[in-house]
Amino acid sequence: MINRRKLLKTGAAAGFAVSAGGLAMPALAQGTRVKIGYVSPQSGPLAGFAESDAFALEMFKRVAAEKGMDVEVLVKDSQSNPNRAADVAQELIIDDGVHLMLVASTPETTNPVTTVCENEFIPCISTMAPWQPWFIGQQGNPGDPASWRPFDYAFHYFWGLEDVIAVFTNMWDQLDTNKKVAGLFPNDADGNAWGDPQNGVAPGFAADGYETVDPGRYQNLTDDFSAQINAFKQADCEIVTGVVIPPDFTTFRNQALQQGFSPKAITVAKAILFPQSVETLGESGHNLSSEVWWSKNHPFTSSLTGQGCEALAADFTKATGRPWTQPIGYIHSLFEMAADVIQRAEDPTDPDLMAETIAATDLQTIVGRIVFNGEGLPPFAATNVCKTPLVGGQWRRQDDGSFELLVVDNKTAPDIPTQGSMEPLS
Amino acid sequence: MIWVDTVVQGILLGGLYALFAAGLSLVFGIMRVVNLAHGDLIVMAAYLILVLVTALNLSPLIALLLAAPLMFAVGWLLQQLVLNRTVGEDVLPPLLVTFGLSVVIQNALLEGFNADSRRIGAGSLEIASFSVGPITIGVMPALTFATAILVTLALQLIFYRTALGRAFRATSDDPDTASLMGIRPGNIFAVATGLGMVVATIAALYLGMRANFDPTIGPARLIYAFEAVIIGGMGSLWGTLIGGIVIGVAQTVGAAIDPEWQILSGHLAFLVILLVRPRGLFPAGGR
Repeated sequence: MINRRKLLKTGAAAGFAVSAGGLAMPALAQGTRVKIGYVSPQSGPLAGFAESDAFALEMFKRVAAEKGMDVEVLVKDSQSNPNRAADVAQELIIDDGVHLMLVASTPETTNPVTTVCENEFIPCISTMAPWQPWFIGQQGNPGDPASWRPFDYAFHYFWGLEDVIAVFTNMWDQLDTNKKVAGLFPNDADGNAWGDPQNGVAPGFAADGYETVDPGRYQNLTDDFSAQINAFKQADCEIVTGVVIPPDFTTFRNQALQQGFSPKAITVAKAILFPQSVETLGESGHNLSSEVWWSKNHPFTSSLTGQGCEALAADFTKATGRPWTQPIGYIHSLFEMAADVIQRAEDPTDPDLMAETIAATDLQTIVGRIVFNGEGLPPFAATNVCKTPLVGGQWRRQDDGSFELLVVDNKTAPDIPTQGSMEPLS
Repeated sequence: MIWVDTVVQGILLGGLYALFAAGLSLVFGIMRVVNLAHGDLIVMAAYLILVLVTALNLSPLIALLLAAPLMFAVGWLLQQLVLNRTVGEDVLPPLLVTFGLSVVIQNALLEGFNADSRRIGAGSLEIASFSVGPITIGVMPALTFATAILVTLALQLIFYRTALGRAFRATSDDPDTASLMGIRPGNIFAVATGLGMVVATIAALYLGMRANFDPTIGPARLIYAFEAVIIGGMGSLWGTLIGGIVIGVAQTVGAAIDPEWQILSGHLAFLVILLVRPRGLFPAGGR
């Protein structure tokens, strides 16, 4: 099989590859500029995830200059569109000749970019998508585990559905409920993965004694949830969960209150990720709960700037005038990873050596330790995926109408401190 | 009892769709032009109201009174400067131009307001409800429905009781003959689009109070609005209201069977009505 390395050795670039490999000094010290490609959804519905891109890039440029690294970051906008994400990844690889690809923010962005990189033999570091949709979603036949293959050039760090299940049930265990869970799962990639009766969240909830009431998939941007609310009322559900987009969650929450359906806990992903979305709910946003992957109270420090989470969050707010959000930490960590692998790599422009270097990563980042040792993962995903910690949090409304996200359950990651305990909605 | 509730919720939902569709119906009825940017113009109006509410600390209703004339001006200018150049025998240019306009508005809003999900706060009104027998009705959906009826009534009065309405109808029937009678179709079109934007602003208020909006949310509702117009019959304002209700009820009944059927059953109702009555339920000109 011909791979990039063999092509390089036999092709016109052979002289360069040999000379770079023959010296003990890293290639970047010899004036070979390392090009990094970065694809993220800067516009469109997913743009909130890319909010801290400019902030992180500026930090990376500054630190890279201090460390004397000769790097160039080429940024492309996926426009929240998977096809466009694949196109710009192609452009970055073929037209710009990037040596390392970084990608983040939902499977709609990470998957097309990772697939292109894998096909073009370009090392790729990806984050901010649960690992199942990332790993399984890119397989030729997602329905047949026997056919799944690990990737040669693609690496990913984030948490998985099993962590969400553990975090959610741990939070609910703190409350006194009848253990009946109402599920709101839309007909999209996330909703279908979460709502799948065999591989979704329901079997996991059942293992902890929670019964899931799932009326079925609905379309995103639905204007009426009376059918679901009637079903939940009839089943006497006291907990609501799901993976809901913000407008639908507001529609549901208001209609539920109008119809007198008031559960003890509402724990949803996606809809209440950003403080701006929670603020639009006003008083009914108080004590909504969600999974937390990063917060300003996490006990980690950046390997690039030495900042703690609180300092990074404060810096972001100072630079942009906006409240901190969870993606800030992960976008930052992506550039920590890039700097780390480029510095450790014998030749950062050699894709195979780079892939080996990424696989050997053991780095303490602002989102926790990243090491591809397969811990907590099934064997098929062990080489490409690293799991980062996940805890549970609750939004508390402040007197001025703003919201603060407090970690209320850390059974899944005891080193992350809690700032309170789970409170019922009503 | 759940079935009665389902139908009632569907009728109320239909009010929202009819409100989205009313402006479209007006423009479509007079110019035979489909404005693909209608949804984005509604979102734009929602941002305008939001700005007035937050910057001037106004109540949403007062903000609406300020936003409506502004949006009338936007619609008037849009028609005079852009759309009038595209109106003609060929139906393609207005489609292409409004499609482009839709992209431009979305990205301009994204640039100006970023991707945050926003909302026009309505305080306790958001979750208030009242009971009619065993059925609980939200105050907000009820207000939406009442507004849809009032808007339709007002447009109907303008159409059939005023000189402007006569000019609308004349231009709609035959622009060439109307211009022989001293009417400038271009001006009439501009007033119609302006009026359409006023209705869109009212729809925007309810869109913004009911749920979150962001710059890209506009096109999603355009399809229901368009279906409501077609079901009702082109050029019939009451028909559009009925069309909205048909889609709303079809959706909630479909959802009660299985949430997967919610959107599909709205579309199916549309197709069935097209099969049975290709010109809609109440086509202009009778039959």
